[in-house]
Amino acid sequence: MKIEVTLNGATVVDEVEPTLLAVDWIRENRRLTGTHVGCDTSQCGACTILLDGASVKSCTLLALSLDGRSVTTIEGLTVGRNDLHPMQAAFHEHHGLQCGFCTPGMIMRAVDIASQGGPLDETTVRHALEGNICRCTGYQNIVASVIAGAKTMNAATVGE
Amino acid sequence: MGEVIGIGAAPKRKEDQRFITGRGNYVADIKRADMSYGVFVRSPHAHATIDAIDKAPALAVPGVVGVFTGAEFAADGCGTLPCGWAITFKDGSPMKEPPFPALATGKVRFVGDAVAFVVGETLEAATAGAEALVVDYGLLPVVATLLQAAAPEAPLLYDDVPGNLCADWALGDEAATEAAFARAAHVSHVSLVNNRLVGNPMEPRAAVGEYNPGTGQYTLWSTSQFPHVVRLLMGMVLGIPQHKLRVVAPDVGGGFGVKQFHYGEEAVTTWAAGKLRRPVKWVSTRSEGFLADRHGRDHVTEAELALDENGKFLAMRVHTYANMGGYLSTFGPNIPTNLYGPLLSGVYVIPSIYCSVKCMFTNTAPVDAYRGAGRPEATFVVERLVDMAAHDLGLDRLEIRRRNMIPKSAYPYQTPVLVEYDSGDPLGCLEQATIKGDVAGFAARKAESARAGKFRGFGVSTYVEACGLAPSRFAGRLGARGGLYESATVRVHPTGQVTVLIGTHNHGQGHETTFAQIVSERLGVPFENVDIVFGDTDRVQFGMGTYGSRSLVVGGSALNKAADKVILKGKKIAAHLLEAAEQDITFEAGVFAVAGTDRKKTIEDIALAAYVPHDYPLEILEPGLEEQAYYDPVNFTYPGGAHLVEVEVDPETGVVEIVKYTACDDVGTVINPMIVEGQLHGGIVQGIGQALYENCVYDETSGQLLSGSFMDYCMPRADGVPKMDVSTYSTPCAHTPMGVKGCGEVGTIGSPAAVISAVVDALAHLGITHVDMPASPNRIWRIIQNASIPRAAE
Repeated sequence: MKIEVTLNGATVVDEVEPTLLAVDWIRENRRLTGTHVGCDTSQCGACTILLDGASVKSCTLLALSLDGRSVTTIEGLTVGRNDLHPMQAAFHEHHGLQCGFCTPGMIMRAVDIASQGGPLDETTVRHALEGNICRCTGYQNIVASVIAGAKTMNAATVGE
Repeated sequence: MGEVIGIGAAPKRKEDQRFITGRGNYVADIKRADMSYGVFVRSPHAHATIDAIDKAPALAVPGVVGVFTGAEFAADGCGTLPCGWAITFKDGSPMKEPPFPALATGKVRFVGDAVAFVVGETLEAATAGAEALVVDYGLLPVVATLLQAAAPEAPLLYDDVPGNLCADWALGDEAATEAAFARAAHVSHVSLVNNRLVGNPMEPRAAVGEYNPGTGQYTLWSTSQFPHVVRLLMGMVLGIPQHKLRVVAPDVGGGFGVKQFHYGEEAVTTWAAGKLRRPVKWVSTRSEGFLADRHGRDHVTEAELALDENGKFLAMRVHTYANMGGYLSTFGPNIPTNLYGPLLSGVYVIPSIYCSVKCMFTNTAPVDAYRGAGRPEATFVVERLVDMAAHDLGLDRLEIRRRNMIPKSAYPYQTPVLVEYDSGDPLGCLEQATIKGDVAGFAARKAESARAGKFRGFGVSTYVEACGLAPSRFAGRLGARGGLYESATVRVHPTGQVTVLIGTHNHGQGHETTFAQIVSERLGVPFENVDIVFGDTDRVQFGMGTYGSRSLVVGGSALNKAADKVILKGKKIAAHLLEAAEQDITFEAGVFAVAGTDRKKTIEDIALAAYVPHDYPLEILEPGLEEQAYYDPVNFTYPGGAHLVEVEVDPETGVVEIVKYTACDDVGTVINPMIVEGQLHGGIVQGIGQALYENCVYDETSGQLLSGSFMDYCMPRADGVPKMDVSTYSTPCAHTPMGVKGCGEVGTIGSPAAVISAVVDALAHLGITHVDMPASPNRIWRIIQNASIPRAAE
C-alpha cells in the first residue's frame, strides 16, 4: 500500500506491506539506522521518533499509520542546520551518553519533553523519561542533559 | 590548532558525535549485498532429548534458503564451544567439562538452547521457516534451581557428571579457620541468596557472517567485547585459519560482560554464510536475549564470621552453591571461584578464611561474568556478615568496620586468600563518605521520615575489587587457558597525527577520549590529532578486549609503553638530525632537544623525517615512527571504597525509595574525571537494580523462564533511582605505570550490599536482620505484614 510521509522535512512516497512496523520502514526501507530496536515489548524507547512533533515509540506503529504525517528521526534534528540541535549539544556537554545505543531515543523523547515548555525540574524529567531505558549512565547525566537542553531550546524560542 | 589535553583533564568525548546524530554503526545496521537472514529455533523445554528434526516443512516455506542442525555442524568437522578456564576440585582433580555444542545435539539443557538455524531471503521467511520446523522432544525431569541440583537423587544433566557437580572448589586454610572458630567469643551467621540477573545491554546481540569464495576469507561482524578472542576461539571451533578469518566488533551498544563470551550464534552464523555462500545476518530479539544471553550471579550461600570479645574478626567460613547453568560458558567456572573466593577478605584484617564453592549444572541458561563478576557476590557476603556481627554484638556498623579495617600503613597487604593488595586506604574512603553523606544528621532525618509515616534506614558497604585482568602467570596458576596481555600500537603519521591501534574494545567506556588524552600528554600532540582504532582483527594486531575493568589498567599501560618506545625511537631520529649523541637528547611536551642547547626538533619534524628520509643511516636506523607494545600487569589492581545509602520504606506499600546515596571510590589515578563519574553512576545503578528491582526467575517444576521480557524483568528506570553524590579518593596503584586502577565495576560491587544494609536497618525495629534481593515492594510488604513486632513507625 502507498504512503506519503514528510520524513525529516522531505516528502517520501513509498510502497509498504500492511504488516510493516514504522521502525522497520525507517531502518530497513529508508536506511535511517539511528532509530534503534532495543526490545520487542515497547518498553525500552530506543526507537522513539517524533510524529507530528510528539514523541512516539516507532515499534508500536504500523508504517501505514505514518501516511500523511510528519516524521522526524534523530538524523532529522540536524537537517537545515550547520550545528547540532541544542538537545544533542546538551547530551554531549553533560556526558548524557555512554554506549550511545539508547541515545537517539532519549534525545527524541527529550526534545518532546522540552517542547512542552515550562520550567523543568529533576523529578518531572525523571518521570517523563520513564519509558526510555538506559543501561549505562544511571540516568543522572541524562537528566542533567535534558534540563540543560530544554533551557537552550526554550531560550531560543523566547528569543524568536 | 588544537591543544594538548592530558591526564586529569575532562574533555568532552570524541565518540559522542556519531551517537548523538544517529550515525553510529551497530551490527544490526549492517547490510551486505545479497544478504540473507537467520533465525534460531530454540528449545521450548528445559530438559529433553531431541528425538527427531524434520526439516522438510521449513524448507518448503517460500523464501527459506537453508536449515541447519547441530548434527550437520558436527558432521562438517566443527567443534564445540571451548571454556577458557579449567578449575579443579579441592583434591586437585579437574572440573567436569561436558561439551557445549553451538547447536544442541542429542539433548537440550535449557529453555532457549538452540537446536536449529533457519535462513531465509527475508527475516519474515526465516521466521516462518523456523515456526514450520518440526522437532520431536522427549521430556526429561528438570533441575531448575541450585538446591534441586544438589539434592540427593536429583535428575542428572550429564550421565558422567555425578550429582550435577561441575567442581567442588575450595580456597583457604580450613584447619586454621576451624581452630579460630573453636576459640571465638562469638560467631555470626548469615544465609543468603545472590539473585540471578540478566545483563541486558540496550543493544541486543547480533552477528553478520560473510564468506568470500574468491579469497576463502570469512568475516564476522559481532556485538563482541573481544573480537580477537572470538577470532581465536571461533577459528578453532570452525577450523578456519586465523589469516582467513576477520572479526569486526563495530559500535557495540553496551556489554557489561554479557557480550564477552564466544557464543554459538557467532559460529553458526559464520559457518552458515560459508555453506550458503552469501552473507547471513542474525539479530537477537530482546525476548531471545533473556533466554539465551549468558546470565549473572545466582549463588546460595551460608557464611559465618568468628569474632573475639572486642568485636575483632578472627576467621570467616563460607560455603556457596554457584549456578553454571546447562553448559560451561567461556569464563563460567572462573567467576564464582577465582573472582569470588580471593575477595572474601574485603577491606578487613581476617586472619583466616576458608571458602568452598560447589559449581552446579542446572537446566538454566549458562551463567558467566556480568558487571562485577564474582566480586559483588563476595562483597555482599562479607558486608552482610559484618552487619550481622554488629547487630549480634550491639556495635555500631561503622564502628565495627573501623575496628577491623586494614590500616593504610599495612599496605601492601597480603590476605589469607591468595591476593596481595598493593595500595588502598579503606578508612580514608569511609571517613570521606561519612562526612559527605552527613551521617551525623541521619537521626534527625529518620525522625522526619517517621513523622511522614516512613521507615528510614541507613546502610553502609565498604569493599575492595580485584580488577585489570590479569597478571598472566597468576591467571595461569588459577586455571586460565591463556595469558591476558594487552597490546597497543602507536602510529605517528608523517605529519604528526597519531593513530592508535588497541586490543581493548570501546562499548561505552569512552576509550576514544581517555586513550587520546594519554597519547596527547605523553607525546605532546594535540588531543584532536589522536584517533583510537579498535574492534577489527584486520586492523588491530591482537588484544584480549574489554572486561574486568582491564582496558585502562592493561590496555592503557600497553599504550603508555608503546608511547615510551615512540619517544625512544624519536630520540634516535633526533640524534641523527641534530648530529648529537642519542643520550644527549631530551624529550618534553612534543619537543626533542639537545640537552643544554637551543637545538631542537618537534615531534612533527621527527615524524616527517622518519618516513621520508634522504640520508638515513639505514644500517642502524629504520625509517618509520610506529611502535607496538604488549603489557602484562604484575598484579591485579585493587580499587575500593565506601558507599552510604539512606532509604525510606513505605509500610503501606512496601516500596523502598533511595533518598540519599553517597559513594567514595578509590580508583587510583583518574585520567578523565567526567568519564570516571559516569562509570560510577552507571555501575551504582546496576547494583541498585540488583538490590531493588531485577530478578531472573525460572519456574521450579518446568524450568520455564518467568522473567522473559522487560514486561516481567524490572529494569531500573529514571524515576526509580536516586541522584548520587559520587567522589573519588585516590591512592595510586603501586605497579601500573600511571597509577590507574580501573573504575567500570566498582559501583556495581559496592552498591547492592549498601542498599540492603539500609533496607534491613529501616526494618530493624520489626526484628528483621536480613532481606534477600531484590527488595521488591511485594517482598518488603510481606515482611512487614508478617513481622511479629508491631509495625508502627518508631
